[in-house]
Amino acid sequence: MKNIIVVLAAVALFASCKKETVTPSEYDSSKKAALSIEFDNIVGAADLELNTGNYTNQSGETFKVSKLKYYVSNFKLTNINGTEYIVPQDSCYFLIDEEDESTHEPVLRIPEGEYKTLTFTLGVDSLRNTKDISQRTGVLDPTGTGADMYWSWNSGYIFFKMEGTSPASMMGDYAYHIGFFGGMSTPTINNIKTVSLDLTARGTPKIKSGKETNVHLMLDILKVFNGSTNFSIADHSMVMFEPFTSTVANNYATMIKHDHTEN
Amino acid sequence: MNKRYWLIIFFFLAGIVACKKEVIEAFEGFKKPAYFPEPAYHFETNPVTKEGFELGRKLFYDPILSANNTISCGSCHIQTSAFTQHGHKVSHGIFDQLGTRNSTPVMNLAWSNTFMWDGGITDLDLQPIAPITNHVEMGDAMANVLSKLQQHQQYPSLFKNAFGTENITTANFLKALSQFVLMCVSNNSKYDSVMRSQSSFTNEEAEGYAIFKQKCSACHTEPLFTDNSFRSNGLSLNAVGDVGRSNITLNENDRFKFKVPSLRNLEYTPPYMHDGRVFTLEGVLNHYETGINQLQNLDPLLQQNTRPGIAFTADEKTKLLLFLNTLNDKFFVTDRKLSEQ
Repeated sequence: MKNIIVVLAAVALFASCKKETVTPSEYDSSKKAALSIEFDNIVGAADLELNTGNYTNQSGETFKVSKLKYYVSNFKLTNINGTEYIVPQDSCYFLIDEEDESTHEPVLRIPEGEYKTLTFTLGVDSLRNTKDISQRTGVLDPTGTGADMYWSWNSGYIFFKMEGTSPASMMGDYAYHIGFFGGMSTPTINNIKTVSLDLTARGTPKIKSGKETNVHLMLDILKVFNGSTNFSIADHSMVMFEPFTSTVANNYATMIKHDHTEN
Repeated sequence: MNKRYWLIIFFFLAGIVACKKEVIEAFEGFKKPAYFPEPAYHFETNPVTKEGFELGRKLFYDPILSANNTISCGSCHIQTSAFTQHGHKVSHGIFDQLGTRNSTPVMNLAWSNTFMWDGGITDLDLQPIAPITNHVEMGDAMANVLSKLQQHQQYPSLFKNAFGTENITTANFLKALSQFVLMCVSNNSKYDSVMRSQSSFTNEEAEGYAIFKQKCSACHTEPLFTDNSFRSNGLSLNAVGDVGRSNITLNENDRFKFKVPSLRNLEYTPPYMHDGRVFTLEGVLNHYETGINQLQNLDPLLQQNTRPGIAFTADEKTKLLLFLNTLNDKFFVTDRKLSEQ
């Protein structure tokens, strides 16, 4: 009996020792591992359902959504020890398209570690808006995947596009196409938004080789109408190329919350 | 003996002819005329090669770039009209639809970094996307154009020759078109030969040149005859309510401003102004003399006299027109190298 206790104690000691000694070297920052960022589009408390879901904004107007697309880019993560990791720009542009589920969870390669802050651009940075055509590939190809998100007559990307129908609109439909990167030769509106999320409250990602960590974000599109300034579809059913785009951009910049992390 | 003598002469002459031919056909690439400023185009990312230029030329004249294979770039940018659309106030595109603006000349674009009348496009490489996808111009989708080219009998190998790959990408397609457009340099007018000291103005042309320098050159700066700026020149708002540059910048201070057009090749490019509302050069001078509307943002240079506009005597106008005539570049509008082959 005594022997058994000794053995148990020894095992327990070993077990605890093992944990303690392993923790500091648990992360090898020279190795990169997968971190997926899930962009989960919701409407208030419900999941967004394209075309069928009927929703009500703060102005009491009902609306449906037929299209929701936006660019996210320039991801940066801050380790709990304070070091920052900037994801190389060339592998860092994603077009989230509600209609295409394969776009909802872009995967980044991040050095192993535990991270407290996630920062990214909602839109396409101004530099990339002015890059040589050979560097506009993939989702940024203005004639391919990005064709629907590019103004050919006013060189620049559309950062955010939301379209749908609403009885509140005179025409029966609404469309918000938000672009403007600040202008090439003359300053224009700049609707590029940087989002910085504290991950400590809802679970820090612990990134390690051999597994994929997932940071699950929820984007509440009701905020498009009232994130910082409330507006109605009746007053603004088409917002594309006008100063009011700034109001819409300021609104949607508030729509992103960190919901949880799956380690 | 005699026979051998003739044979030697024959081969000697044949040799000369062969040599001469080679020299003439050698591709010189893009060359900046000595008295022109440094080009604005980024040649470092798209050097002009013979293969790229020839491919670009073929694309420029190929209606395959339009939705129903009827309209090419060259349909609205006709070489004999200095690459504008002669006889059309505004561009006339696919399915007989009309645009809202006068098609601009494809000329000396290597020296510009804003394109279109409102400067909405900021890179020459991105320019072709606009007309190709505009539903009243060529009306096609770029992805469809690229797939038509990829399935074409000749294009994949032409792209391979120019860019090293048969895979036709957006970038290579646009760069080929740029290579052709960059080579559309107009620098062989009489004015140019005077600048090169190969010719001289007549007395009246010289007087016209002096008037030009005094009254026009602040905006129509030599040797490109545009300063590439955007200005309001007092044209009344047209029926389609085109406010120009402010459509792009959303800046009230840009309302009614349009890009200053070059004065080169005016003989070939009527009608004039962004919507082609003025048919003759006399009409243009009359506009500046008496037709200026006091619109918001009217250019300060047109407000220096008691009456808005530029004061001209009849004699000054005659001489000015004689000078403007020296800016017509017959070589440019007939250059075989720039024509459909």
